[in-house]
Amino acid sequence: MSASATARRVAVAAERKHSLHRQRLWALWGSYIALGVFVFMFLVPPFYTLITSLKSSAEISAQTGSPWLVHHPTLDNFWYLITYPNFQTYYLNSVLVTILVVAVSMVISVLAAFSLSRMGFWGSQTLSTGVFLTYLIPPSLLFIPLFQIIGAIGLINNFWCLVLLYPTLAVPFCTWIMIGYFSSIPKELDEAALIDGAGYLQILWRIFIPVAMPGIIAATIFAFTVSWGAFLYPLAYLYTSNQMVLTVGIISDLIRGDVFQWGKIMAACLLASLPPIVIYAFLMDYYVAGLTAGATKG
Amino acid sequence: MAEVSCRKVVKEYDAGVQAVKGIDLDIADHEFVVLVGPSGCGKSTTLRMIAGLEEITTGEIWIDGDVVNDVPPRDRDIAMVFQNYALYPHMSVFDNMAFGLKLRKFPKDEIKRRVDEAARILDIVPLLDRKPRALSGGQRQRVAMGRAIVRNPKVFLFDEPLSNLDAKLRVQMRTEIKKVHQTVRTTTVYVTHDQIEAMTLADRVVVMNHGVIEQVGTPNDLYHHPATRFVAGFIGSPAMNFLPCRVQDGVNGGVAIRLTDSITVPVPPARAERYGKFKGKEMVLGLRPEHLFEYHEQGKPNWTRIDLPVDVVEPMGMETMVHFFVDGAPVCARVDPATHAAPGEMLPLTADLNQMHLMEADTGKVV
Repeated sequence: MSASATARRVAVAAERKHSLHRQRLWALWGSYIALGVFVFMFLVPPFYTLITSLKSSAEISAQTGSPWLVHHPTLDNFWYLITYPNFQTYYLNSVLVTILVVAVSMVISVLAAFSLSRMGFWGSQTLSTGVFLTYLIPPSLLFIPLFQIIGAIGLINNFWCLVLLYPTLAVPFCTWIMIGYFSSIPKELDEAALIDGAGYLQILWRIFIPVAMPGIIAATIFAFTVSWGAFLYPLAYLYTSNQMVLTVGIISDLIRGDVFQWGKIMAACLLASLPPIVIYAFLMDYYVAGLTAGATKG
Repeated sequence: MAEVSCRKVVKEYDAGVQAVKGIDLDIADHEFVVLVGPSGCGKSTTLRMIAGLEEITTGEIWIDGDVVNDVPPRDRDIAMVFQNYALYPHMSVFDNMAFGLKLRKFPKDEIKRRVDEAARILDIVPLLDRKPRALSGGQRQRVAMGRAIVRNPKVFLFDEPLSNLDAKLRVQMRTEIKKVHQTVRTTTVYVTHDQIEAMTLADRVVVMNHGVIEQVGTPNDLYHHPATRFVAGFIGSPAMNFLPCRVQDGVNGGVAIRLTDSITVPVPPARAERYGKFKGKEMVLGLRPEHLFEYHEQGKPNWTRIDLPVDVVEPMGMETMVHFFVDGAPVCARVDPATHAAPGEMLPLTADLNQMHLMEADTGKVV
C-alpha cells in the first residue's frame, strides 16, 4: 500500500471518529433538553404548592407581586393541620388503610404469582393473562356495581370497605410484576431446593421471596401508591369525617362552599405527600430494578 | 449408596412426542455412569426422571431396591448438580451447602462438621463466608458439588455440570469430579453431550440417541467395539471416517472392500470370514483417523498405498489432522506433525485395516 493511500485511510478513520463524537454530543444534548422540559413540567406544581403553603390567607388573596414568591413566610397552615383533630383522623385512617391494603395485596399477589409462574397447573397461562386483563378495567366503571356490593355487606361509610376494594386495583398489577420477576428466577433454583428437601411454601419463603425482594418492593410501592392516592372510591363510599381518608378529607374539610383555603389545602397536600416521598427516596433503586425485571419477563 | 434401575421407562409429552422410548438400564452400587448423546437424545430427561423432576409416563425407576415413580424428589435421597450451578444467590457458600441439612433438621454441630469436611475435600474452605456472586464459575461449581456431598445421598446426579466452564477449567473440574467420586464412592449418574467427558469419567458409558439407548459399555468397549454407526461416529474425536463401500471377492480367494472404481483394499485374513458373508452388499467402512497414516510412517509391505489430494491441514502440536475427500466422502487422517502435507498436493496414505469396522448401510449395525 502506498504512503498516500495509508494517509488517506488514516484521515477517513479520524473523520469517522470525529463524526461519531459529534453524533454522541448531539444525542447527549437532546437528552438533556428533553429531560429538562420534563423536570420543569413535573416540578413546577409541587414548587407552587410549597410556595402557597407558606403564605397566609391574606397574602394569597392580596394578589400583589409575583405569585411565585413568598413575602411573609409562615408555618401557620402546617401548624393548623397538625393540631386539627379531623386531619389527624384522616391521616391515621389513610395510614391504617394503606398498611392493611399493602399487606393483603402483597400476600395475595406473591402467592398468586408464585403459583402462576412456577406450579404450571392446567390453565395457569390463561389465568396469568386474565389477572392482568382485570387491571385494564377502569375503576370508574366499577364503582357503581361495587357500591351495591359494599352496601349489601353493610360497609358504606366505613373505611374498611377500602381495605376490601383497593386490593382489587392493586393485586392484578402486583401479581403481574411478581410473575415477571419470579419467571426470571432460574427454574433450577426451585428444582435444587426441591431436591434439597424443601416444600413449595419453603421454596417461596426461603428462596423466592429473598431473591425477588426488588420485585416485591416494586410491587409494594405500587400497592402503597394505589391505596394512598385513590380518590374515587373514598369519595363515593365515605361521607363522615371519622371514616374519611386524606384524599377526600382534605377537599371536604378545607373547601367550604366556594371558599377554598388554598394555604391549608397546599400544606395538607404536602403533608400527605410526605410518606410516598420518603418511601420512594429510600426504595428508588429497588423500584427501578423491579420494574426493569418485570418489563423483560412474563 | 444404592443401585439405580430403569425398567422400560417412557417419557411422553403432551403433544405425543416421546423423549424417552422405553429404556432399560441397571446402574450398580458405587458405579459412575455417564449418559451421553446429542441434544434432544433424552439423556437429561432420563436424569430428571431419576431425580423426580419429571414424571414418568410408563415404566419404573428403582433406587436402592424401591420403586420411586411416585416418590417426590426430596424423599429419594439423591443430590443433583445443575449446569448453571443453581446456587441460592442470597445465601453464603456455607448456607448454600447447609440448606438441605437444615431442612432435614440436622443438629447444628453435625451440619458444621459435614460442611467443613466437604469444603476441605473440594478445597473451598476460604470461600465459606462468600456469596455466590463473589465466586468464579469453577468455584461455584465446586460449591454446587459441595451441596451434593454434604447430604451424603444415595445417588449423585450431574446434569452437564461442566458445560458453562471454559475449556481449561472444564478439564480441571473433570479431574476434581473423578477424584471426588474416588473419595466418596457414591453411585453417580452424569449427563453430558461431550464424549471426552464421558470417556474420561465413566466406569460405563450409556450412549443415547432419539430417546433410546444405542449402547452401554466401558469407554474402551465403546471406542473399540461400537455396536452401531451412531456410536462409532459419536465416540472418538475427531470422529470416525465413514466410506460407502461394497464387499467383493479379493485376490487368492480373499475378501476385498471396493471403495471407488480405482480404490479397492484387501480385508485382513483374520476378518475375511466375518465379512465374507456380506459379499455383494452395500456397506459402510468405518476407520478412525488414527488408523490412517502417511505411507512412509507406518506402512508395512502388504498394506495398500493410496494417494489422495490433501484438502485441509490442521496442525495441533502433538499431531496433525489432514482432511481429504474420497469419492465425495470426507476423510480425516491423524498424521505425524512433521508431515509435509500441503493443500492441493497428493499424500500417500495407508490404513491399518485390522482396526476397521464394517456396517450395514441401511441399519447402521456394525457387523
